[in-house]
Amino acid sequence: MSHATLKQLSDGLAAGKFSSVEVTQNFINKINNLNKSLNCFISVDEARSLTQARTADALRAAGRAQPLTGVPIAQKDIFCAQGWLTTCGSKMLSNFVSPYDAHVIERFNQTGAVNLGKTNMDEFAMGSSNETSFYGPVRNPWDRERVPGGSSGGSAAAVAARMAPAATGTDTGGSIRQPAALTGICGLKPTYGVVSRYGMIAFASSLDQGGPMAHTAEDMALMLNVMAGFDARDSTSLQRAATDYTADLARPLAGLRIGLPREFFAQGVSADVAKAVEAAIAEYKKLGCSVVDVNLPNMGLSVPVYYVLAPAEASSNLSRFDGVRYGYRARDYTNLTDLYQKTRAEGFGAEVKRRILIGTYVLSHGYYDAYYIRAQKLRRLIAQDFTNAFKQCDVMMGPTTPSTAFKLGEKSGDPVQMYLSDIYTIAVNLAGLPGMSIPCGFDGAGLPVGLQIIGDYFSEARMLNVAHRYQQVTDWHMRTPKDIGEGVSA
Amino acid sequence: MALTLTDVKRVAQLARIAIDDTEAHATHAQLSGIFKLIEQMQAVDVSAITPMSHAQDVVQRLRDDKVTETNQREHLQAAAPQVEGGLYLVPKVIE
Repeated sequence: MSHATLKQLSDGLAAGKFSSVEVTQNFINKINNLNKSLNCFISVDEARSLTQARTADALRAAGRAQPLTGVPIAQKDIFCAQGWLTTCGSKMLSNFVSPYDAHVIERFNQTGAVNLGKTNMDEFAMGSSNETSFYGPVRNPWDRERVPGGSSGGSAAAVAARMAPAATGTDTGGSIRQPAALTGICGLKPTYGVVSRYGMIAFASSLDQGGPMAHTAEDMALMLNVMAGFDARDSTSLQRAATDYTADLARPLAGLRIGLPREFFAQGVSADVAKAVEAAIAEYKKLGCSVVDVNLPNMGLSVPVYYVLAPAEASSNLSRFDGVRYGYRARDYTNLTDLYQKTRAEGFGAEVKRRILIGTYVLSHGYYDAYYIRAQKLRRLIAQDFTNAFKQCDVMMGPTTPSTAFKLGEKSGDPVQMYLSDIYTIAVNLAGLPGMSIPCGFDGAGLPVGLQIIGDYFSEARMLNVAHRYQQVTDWHMRTPKDIGEGVSA
Repeated sequence: MALTLTDVKRVAQLARIAIDDTEAHATHAQLSGIFKLIEQMQAVDVSAITPMSHAQDVVQRLRDDKVTETNQREHLQAAAPQVEGGLYLVPKVIE
């Protein structure tokens, strides 16, 4: 069962071929075998998962099953889950057992899905390699000396290594798409406001968005059907009519106009990545799509703009970690200020502190206009570039990342080099658009390459259709790394 | 606008993060590199552009002025480092 897609597991459960308890146990065994070497999960609670599986089997026996009832899904450790340790990859929350469920967790619980465990991530989602986690780096199943990307690196590597059939992620500047690309799986960051942020530990609130990570577009559609929807507890959640994201999957692509932003194919992209992406576009032409060059002239500014706005919002959001109401508290302190200062110095890792300091600086008196307001103005220019380009095309395509997975330690000493690894994903968050990465080939060393698909606002169903049709004629998404053990087909 | 070592220490103080001299020096070097990247923003004329604070131009929702939260004090305080009699304990602030 462990090499099966979510859809195959869902069908197998519906047909009575196996129970949720069997499926869940199978994946728990895979986790037990592989987690020591890959470090994908921060916490696993076998008893709790199996209890959920038994409940799901009972729901099914009572005739009340939905498509994802009984299907195990790994949850990024940024989502609060009642009774589960929820660390956000940080020492600051190393003892935090959440007293409540995030909206996304609530939705999965309501549909009877099984929480398979909490996945490793960069601390507070700040990182592109999973090396900033307090719980140690995650290793890429395709080459264990390489990073899986980040910040949703644990989720990505767990799905790639078939330790989970699917997982949740969150994406502030590329944290779903970049690790999906580097581990050869699919990841979707929905339009800002489609998935509630309630109970999703905040990094940069105007950019953060949760989304699915899985093997196929169809699996992501099944997950998005559960995850998306209005929630009054998130003030930026959008009130829209419910969408069935699976409805349009099979729609023919003839006539689809694909925009190729020239900036994505300029200097900086590695030859192997460019080659795989161009081959994917050739495949789309065979499916009846047309191709048009478009321009995003301000895209080069997206990294600098992001590194003002995201740290500014983070410095404000992370002020809540003060050692008073929950989480870590320093042991020795002389007064209240000392308690705050030592708690935060000891509880946060180096990258998180760096970003809090950047954010505090750009928001401080005398610098606010020069940095924060200027960045917000440039954000509008970047968003307008996309609006203009979408007049000529239905979706845009390009590489998700400039290169394939890099080595552990290769960029961790140089924050700027690390930040630039998100150069193709960040602009999408700034604009609030939906973005996706799907596998489209391998480089010469056998490392996966991701194709990025960017859609207009609320075009997730169309994007999933675009990805699904490609996956009907290619098999990159079904390739598995070596040394991940035996799988059983559904 | 070069970032100085004094700036780093001042900002750490504002952010309530204890920082010693060695860390301040290392942080200063790293932040200077990051600000070099950020300074690319200064090359563009932004005088005619309205700042974009959010991805969607939506109006803030209002709700009825009714109590919607139930009292969960004990449940929520179970996660606190130190509580007594339903109160969070911190070092004495007022003499």
